[in-house]
Amino acid sequence: MDVIILQLLNGLDKGSAYALIALGLTLIFGTLGVVNFAHGALFMLGAFCAVTLQRILSLSFETIDPTKTDFLGNPAKVKTPYLESWFGPEMGSSIIDWSVPLAILFAIPIMIGVGYIMERGLIKHFYKRPHADQILVTFGLAIVIQEVIKQFYGANPIPTPAPDMFKGSFDFGVLLGFDPNAVIYPYWRLVYFSFAAVIIAAVFAFLQFTTFGMVVRAGMADRETVGLLGINIDKRFTIMFGIAAAVAGIAGVMYAPINSPNYHMGMDFLVLSFVVVVVGGMGSLPGAVLAGFLLGILESFSSMNQIKQILPGIDQIIIYLVAIIILLVRPRGLMGRKGVMED
Amino acid sequence: MLGLEKKDTSLLIIVAILTMCAPFILNPFPTGSAMAQFNAGYPDLMQRFVIFGIFAIGFNILFGLTGYLSFGHAAFLGVGSYSAVWMFKLLGYNILPGIVLSVITSGVFALLIGYISLRRSGIYFSILTLAFAQMSFALAYSVLTPLTNGETGLQVYNSDPQYFHSDALPNIPHLFGQEMQSTFKLELGAWSFDFNTGYYICALIMLVMFYLAIRIFRSPFGLMLKAIKTNQTRLNYTGLNPRPYTLAAFVISGMYAGLAGGLMASMDPLAGAERMQWTASGEVVLMTILGGAGTLIGPVLGAGFIKYFENIFSKINDTVLHQWFAFLPDGMEDFLIVIIHPFVGKGWHLTLGLLFMAIVIFLPGGLVEGGQKIAQKFRGSKAKDDTTATDSTPAE
Repeated sequence: MDVIILQLLNGLDKGSAYALIALGLTLIFGTLGVVNFAHGALFMLGAFCAVTLQRILSLSFETIDPTKTDFLGNPAKVKTPYLESWFGPEMGSSIIDWSVPLAILFAIPIMIGVGYIMERGLIKHFYKRPHADQILVTFGLAIVIQEVIKQFYGANPIPTPAPDMFKGSFDFGVLLGFDPNAVIYPYWRLVYFSFAAVIIAAVFAFLQFTTFGMVVRAGMADRETVGLLGINIDKRFTIMFGIAAAVAGIAGVMYAPINSPNYHMGMDFLVLSFVVVVVGGMGSLPGAVLAGFLLGILESFSSMNQIKQILPGIDQIIIYLVAIIILLVRPRGLMGRKGVMED
Repeated sequence: MLGLEKKDTSLLIIVAILTMCAPFILNPFPTGSAMAQFNAGYPDLMQRFVIFGIFAIGFNILFGLTGYLSFGHAAFLGVGSYSAVWMFKLLGYNILPGIVLSVITSGVFALLIGYISLRRSGIYFSILTLAFAQMSFALAYSVLTPLTNGETGLQVYNSDPQYFHSDALPNIPHLFGQEMQSTFKLELGAWSFDFNTGYYICALIMLVMFYLAIRIFRSPFGLMLKAIKTNQTRLNYTGLNPRPYTLAAFVISGMYAGLAGGLMASMDPLAGAERMQWTASGEVVLMTILGGAGTLIGPVLGAGFIKYFENIFSKINDTVLHQWFAFLPDGMEDFLIVIIHPFVGKGWHLTLGLLFMAIVIFLPGGLVEGGQKIAQKFRGSKAKDDTTATDSTPAE
């Protein structure tokens, strides 16, 4: 029983990442009808926003401390971050410590900007082109973004620690009456999961309860009619693209402490997220979220030793296997609407 | 000739001449000169040109004709490589059985995957093929290790049976005693040209495959595939079931990929799972689009272009750049190098990505369309009627 709960929890955090990326992909697909292969790159950009902010915050100046000497006997140079000298050592170091959560604020405007530029500069010209062309051009863009990041940050993963407060693990087992240390779950993953839940809820609430969201939903259903009513639907869809990019970006920011960001993390997630979108049903937002969590949990369950003994290698292929079965049995996906991308 | 129209015959002859004279054409610069790094006439690279040419020609039969965008073609390449190496392990280093088996296994594999994937079309098809390829990749790395040797990659060991191997035969891949790696060097003044057995065998096979592709393009079967791309619904209404045709195209292109994989293993008897990864599938898509999907010569051009870039551009480093711009004043020189630096050497992927985006945006027909446009400009409006009738109409 405790093993099952542990796997369930493990599946949740991976599932949240899948769900967040798939949500953004679906938003873009549902509004603009564009298949965005560069979405993984946006996720990666978000993670690198966290890295960048951490570097900016820890910018330091050197002072010579006459009281200490280094091993050669010269006066030692001491690096002090600017923040510590401005706000005092305690406040400064805690700001640096909290750089990952702070990076969310930093990433949102950047990602919305990136999304806006991407849509206006590139994607706009591809609405009328076949889906294959959209896939290809965004694939090219993903390569470019990835390589630019590699130029600036190098090819190695960059560790980006979470705030000290969230280090360590939470013992779930005790809470549920199992032995101590049976179900251990890192705090940050708990944070990630709750964060994902909040973001998903926010996106849904935004679409459901605001006028803007209502117009967007109407546009998703029938773009032309909304346009005829005198609403500039293109502009709103562009904003939605920005929001989708921001969702991917902050998913990346929060994921940085779980997996040190490297330049190809986006591609790794992209393929899986596409599978998630297809399983959930192209164009269905709840479907994307559901499928994201479902596949995340399935993946972690199949990596249990007991299951691996019966079906070796199943943990590597389970997601693809499920996708193939779903596509063949229920081509529309779990919650896909009728008539979306059915040719 | 050979049942081809005049125009196709001349295209085939041009390609034949180009591939046969490749050692000369690709080595235009004297060996010792500063431009020698642009020479591409060394055996390893030339082999890759034609092998990836075969791969792209095969991919084009599926994507160019039917419009089905497969994102998992590298799986067939990998399967082909594995089967060829297995033949080396079991029978000996003669490449013939290896190549035959690689075509057969990849064909069977393609039949299996195609039968399932082709139930869906459009992006679903792309995702299905991608899923299958990623599955094969993951399995080759983990569970199928006895068959694929996992991360190490499959290779031939001394302890392998090699039933038909005798001491008289060379201990590297060969064709009836002709070693793949044997190279004849021709020194002409400052120039030196390499004539490599492996290259010529691959080149001959590529020519045969190119000829086959032309025949397929011109056959009623090819017309049917084009009809599927143009309007599948209408085809359905005329009472024809398109699926057997697309499946046949899928299997044929899978066999081409398997052949390419088999040849790759024949040139260098090693097979690794990374050949099946989806980035490898993306590469062949890039080649085909870059050259011009749906055209005969496009994929070969694209394959050559990308492989040339990969090898030559990635070799240019700062020292080389300093040599080039040495004539400029110091400040200018450094400035130029700082600007160019991200695009060459390790950063050649960036150039590739930008180039690829530019092609998809401005020239959806690829290099072939670009060439046609330029040719049209030169010939003026008079020749416009001619060009619309040329055989290599680009994909829309």
